[in-house]
Amino acid sequence: MIDSNTQVTSTLLYLDDVSVSFDGFKAINGLSLAIEPGEMRAIIGPNGAGKTTMMDIITGKTRPDTGDVLFEGQMDLTQHDETEIAQAGIGRKFQKPTVFESQTVRENLELALSGNRGVWASLFYRESEADAARIEEILQTVRLQQRANELASDLSHGQKQWLEIGMLLAQDPKLLLVDEPVAGMTDAETVETAKLLREISKTHSVIVVEHDMGFIRDLDVKVTVLAEGSVLAEGSLDHVSAHPDVIESYLGR
Amino acid sequence: MISAFLFRGLAGRIAWVAAFIALLGILVPLSNLMLPSDHALYVPDYIVSLFGKYLTYALLAMALDLVWGYCGILSLGHGAFFALGGYAMGMYLMRQIGSRGVYGDPILPDFMVFLNWKELPWYWYGFDQFWFAAIMVLAIPGLLAFVFGWFAFRSRVTGVYLSIITQAMTYALLLAFFRNDMGFGGNNGLTDFKDILGYTLQNPATRAGLFAAAAFALSLALVISSAIVRSKFGKVLLATRDAESRARFLGYRVEHVKLFVFTLSAMMAGIAGALYVPLVGIINPGEFAPANSIEVVIWAAVGGRGTLIGPIIGAITVNLGKSWFTAQFPEYWLFVLGGLFVAVTVFMPKGMLGTLSSFSDKVKSLKPAPKPSQTEAGEMRKEGEAS
Ligand SMILES: Nc1ncnc2c1ncn2[C@@H]1O[C@H](COP(=O)(O)OP(=O)(O)O)[C@@H](O)[C@H]1O
Ligand SMILES: [Mg+2]
Repeated sequence: MIDSNTQVTSTLLYLDDVSVSFDGFKAINGLSLAIEPGEMRAIIGPNGAGKTTMMDIITGKTRPDTGDVLFEGQMDLTQHDETEIAQAGIGRKFQKPTVFESQTVRENLELALSGNRGVWASLFYRESEADAARIEEILQTVRLQQRANELASDLSHGQKQWLEIGMLLAQDPKLLLVDEPVAGMTDAETVETAKLLREISKTHSVIVVEHDMGFIRDLDVKVTVLAEGSVLAEGSLDHVSAHPDVIESYLGR
Repeated sequence: MISAFLFRGLAGRIAWVAAFIALLGILVPLSNLMLPSDHALYVPDYIVSLFGKYLTYALLAMALDLVWGYCGILSLGHGAFFALGGYAMGMYLMRQIGSRGVYGDPILPDFMVFLNWKELPWYWYGFDQFWFAAIMVLAIPGLLAFVFGWFAFRSRVTGVYLSIITQAMTYALLLAFFRNDMGFGGNNGLTDFKDILGYTLQNPATRAGLFAAAAFALSLALVISSAIVRSKFGKVLLATRDAESRARFLGYRVEHVKLFVFTLSAMMAGIAGALYVPLVGIINPGEFAPANSIEVVIWAAVGGRGTLIGPIIGAITVNLGKSWFTAQFPEYWLFVLGGLFVAVTVFMPKGMLGTLSSFSDKVKSLKPAPKPSQTEAGEMRKEGEAS
């Protein structure tokens, strides 16, 4: 904060006073946020706080009415579409698991695997040994080796969540946005997912949105509390849960 | 690179079907030309022409399957690309007539003399050359599809809205081609063709040659399409069909994916139209009728979309049924066609081919010993769940 210039250039993702409204309703209201390279950040907040909308803005799905969204200090994300932003290195896992249901688990990963996305490149793509090994490794990481050749539609809900995380890994983005990864998971699966995300955060920057407080505690990272479209509090989980506004915003609902 | 690419297209049953169609392209003309007409295996002239026409329909239906079955683009305007390919061929055939027309003008087709035109419009230049017409057969439908797709896909028009504007496109062309001053023969279209590449169209040998050309074109298009859907690009097509926005967030340029496959499909439809016109001897604006394009969708649905082979079977069986019905009970054909579509949609959503394959899968799974790979996977799954 003292030297704002170096702050901006070293910051991986920088949202400054972003607002967006839908039919007059301000879903995001003067939101500012900075994510450092290598950081994992947890975002919590009541339903309708604007967490998913924030991800929509970062990934180019929704254009903000005002404010700046800078990636790596120079790319203005509000000027690019989903494809360009994905190619620049921002990957996303959706709140509702979204995988390609009519294709196998392996094919889903193959589609996500980083590489040339062009029409000709895909037409004449031949899987290299390195690519095959990478897919195998990811299958192992997300514990889906045994189901590699089954259709994604046959996976359980939790496994679909994991497949989608695996697709993020295959995509190998600089920044991962993960929206409610443990929704609908069993307790055991939730613990595994926290482990997985901590593992991923060693090599990637991550933003995780979640409701599950136990899960957030397991992640053990800096937390941002979002309410009514802006930041309510920021800091360690203990710090923010002691914050009077946070208590009110959660208990008030 | 290309041969390895095409080789991948020959996987599985595609290879057999493509070989079978190519073989028909050799055997049917041979039988028609070589065997005496009382021979048991003799294929009569009218069958050669009729089935040649069906083969061009099959190519059209397969082209539609590439965009609809694999990429989820329900085009209700593929008849337009077919007709444009047909017109390009028709213009060549018109210019081959030369001074043998009713009015005997060496350059101008009869309808232009009739309209009192003094010279050939610029857009008829070059069509006296077969190679030029052949390029136009691909270029005109391809260009229209490219320009149309460029705007539609960039604006992210999808689903029903896209289907409706493809109908509007073919309808607009229908109205345009009806006009005499467009210079394509208006209402009557192009007809009274004499010969193609110097061969008389009335000659059975020419028709047998056209049949062979249609069979080879279908066979080759099938192999190319199969190579495409089996490549990684084919997976991208399915990804676009099933979860378009997910594909975008993975970094795929979805509009380019659609544009490529839509343009390619339109060019295949154009070839189908170009082969159809010399076989039936006429092309008129009626080919642009919106109902024609809808019929193609029914062929593909009946045969089984997303299979490439299904729409080929669908196009041939539905048209066989049509020939029989329109001879027996002409008034009822449209009701039968509509009923067929509803029945297939409700009872056989995967079409004839899909229903057949899932039936044969069931029969296989009734056998006592399941495939080893299945047991293995099943056990591992249980292990995984226990841990
Ligand atoms: N495309 C949209 N159109 C209209 N309202 C929307 C749209 N997207 C989100 N909203 C509204 O914005 C608010 C924030 O939604 P969301 O970002 O999904 O919240 P969260 O993910 O924090 O639960 C909600 O009230 C929601 O109804
Ligand atoms: Mg949400």
